Amino acid sequence: MTTEAATQTKPLVEVTDLAKLFPISRGLFRAPNEFVHAVDGINFEIAPGESLGLVGESGCGKSTTGRMLVKLLNPTEGRIQVNDGDYQRDVANVSRSEIKDFRSRVQMIFQDPYESMNPRRTVFDTVSEPLAVQKVGTVPEREERVLELLGLVGLAPPENFLFRYPHELSGGQRQRVAIARALVMNPRFVVADEPTSMLDVSIRISIMELMTELADRLGVSYLYITHDLAVARYMCDRIAVMYLGKIVEIGPTEDILANPRHPYTRALLSAVPVPDPSFRRTPVEIKGGISKAINPPPECRFIERCPFAAEVCRENPHPALFDVGERHHAACYRINEI
Amino acid sequence: MTLSLENLQSRRVDPDKPLLEVDDLVMHYRIKAGEVSAVDNVGFTIHQGEAVGLVGESGCGKTSTALALLRLLPANAEYISGEVRLNGEDLLRLSEEGMRARRWKDIAMVFQGAMNSWNPVYRVGDQIREVLDTHYRGEMDIEEQNVHIERLFASVGLPAEMVDRYPHEFSGGMRQRAVIAMALACSPELIIADEPTTALDVIVQDQILKELKRIQAEMGMSILYISHDIAVIAEVTDSLGVMYAGKLVEYGPTSEVFARPRHPYAYLLLRSTPSITGPRRQLAPLGGEPPDLLNPPSGCRFHPRCPFATEKCVVEEPPFAEISEGHRVACWNYEDVPELEVELVR
Repeated sequence: MTTEAATQTKPLVEVTDLAKLFPISRGLFRAPNEFVHAVDGINFEIAPGESLGLVGESGCGKSTTGRMLVKLLNPTEGRIQVNDGDYQRDVANVSRSEIKDFRSRVQMIFQDPYESMNPRRTVFDTVSEPLAVQKVGTVPEREERVLELLGLVGLAPPENFLFRYPHELSGGQRQRVAIARALVMNPRFVVADEPTSMLDVSIRISIMELMTELADRLGVSYLYITHDLAVARYMCDRIAVMYLGKIVEIGPTEDILANPRHPYTRALLSAVPVPDPSFRRTPVEIKGGISKAINPPPECRFIERCPFAAEVCRENPHPALFDVGERHHAACYRINEI
Repeated sequence: MTLSLENLQSRRVDPDKPLLEVDDLVMHYRIKAGEVSAVDNVGFTIHQGEAVGLVGESGCGKTSTALALLRLLPANAEYISGEVRLNGEDLLRLSEEGMRARRWKDIAMVFQGAMNSWNPVYRVGDQIREVLDTHYRGEMDIEEQNVHIERLFASVGLPAEMVDRYPHEFSGGMRQRAVIAMALACSPELIIADEPTTALDVIVQDQILKELKRIQAEMGMSILYISHDIAVIAEVTDSLGVMYAGKLVEYGPTSEVFARPRHPYAYLLLRSTPSITGPRRQLAPLGGEPPDLLNPPSGCRFHPRCPFATEKCVVEEPPFAEISEGHRVACWNYEDVPELEVELVR
């Protein structure tokens, strides 16, 4: 990380040693002694206007991270600092009375456009709800704002969609409504949790393009959570790869794809199917399936599956993120040998 | 008893010999609002030892086609016309009993969502035993069955002790391996794999696809893959068919179709698929919405969304014409479809 850049502009979001442990219940009167370490001490920053991709397999903690950032979950440990001009807050300290203000700055788009919308409410109700909650404007003003947003997300002509119900919309149209809802308060930061993974390819691209265009136009930053590295390539300036609650590699998107340093990132990249039958990959073999994050041992999380595991990995705690290039970090003791 | 995996491996494959021939298959679903034209004039051939893919978006008729081949369609489905010949014998004219005797034994299936394929209260090994009981009644004793089931497990990379476990004790990837083991139980000539890896993480997906490829080669089997994921199809198939709105719009050798798709829909599908390799191409979105199959568009079903459409496309349906050996396209203007140019982002 270049220090000049860091001092010039404060990051929009700063995450420090963030952790979330879920207790495993052992019964009504017994204190739990086992915890799922869903997120286990992660650090990252997102600059204003930047979009960071959080990628990994199911259960790696990427959605839990996203939910903590929008305060749908409270962290067990660590700090999430949001700096939006004069607004500077540790998300954990946002009180009940301040939550409305927080939600006007930080928003979320969910994966499933079929479940994230109330089927009995019209598009107008859904998109204007944040305005109503925040007591912004009169009803005609809200209607104007909703129309503007619907136009912005490509639902044309907007008047025709205002009083439709979710079941009257296609999956792609619903996701556009969800984006309109997330943007209606002009947030600075949006957590998007797999926003296109339920959509067909042809529709997926238009939603991806829409999100990129809106980010450029409105200066929104994204935390883009996805399991699909090919999608992350098109949506994100930087990528963070998560494995069992830890960020194992983080860096500029093209650098991560062209020059992955962590053995897990390499395995992940070599497993992604490529839409080109003439492409010949170099296989990276890793052992077994994903382990469980219940009371994990202190050493490297990837040790059981890692083809490069050695003495140094067994004798030391989980490695910190080492500098491996321009803004590129990887958490592996053996990066220089593999 | 001569059934063993060693025998399976010696099946001789003649890649020029057709195994499954589908001709002019037309199938409707009857619903309250009318008839849904789900599969319309679909025809293709799977040769011995060949892996064929059917790719398309939700509702394009790819799963309906697979279910139609197996005669596993829901009660409101109606076969209008067509033939499905397996080694020359029309499956659509078989009695229900005759068809049952062929499922698992000649054609097996691997379904999407491995959890739902298993009965949660029976051991996985016993569920495979059921298939053997049905098809080899009296030919195999318990001991022989046990040996065979363990061998099936070994062939898909599952440890022998998993035979006595219940489905919930398997992880998602292991469950899908077990589904494949079951499909192999009677060493079928053809496996129909409907989204076999869709719910799985990429690393597990990659392992399962490699396993299927290996088994296909070693046992001389044919596989029909059904998938929405064009990248998966690129990885595993020899030939592929692209479906749109119940129609097969392009069919040909996988390498040829990917290098130069000729149908506008196939072209746009490829241009809208992001990849982690190669230069960062400009992706092209496909405008509009998929058609309502209760009332399919006139002429070519793709014409309302097609950038190459002419007046002819609105009124007259294009033939599924052969443009080179084994490569067929249903488009009047396929010559106007440009090469997949590499247009870089920014």
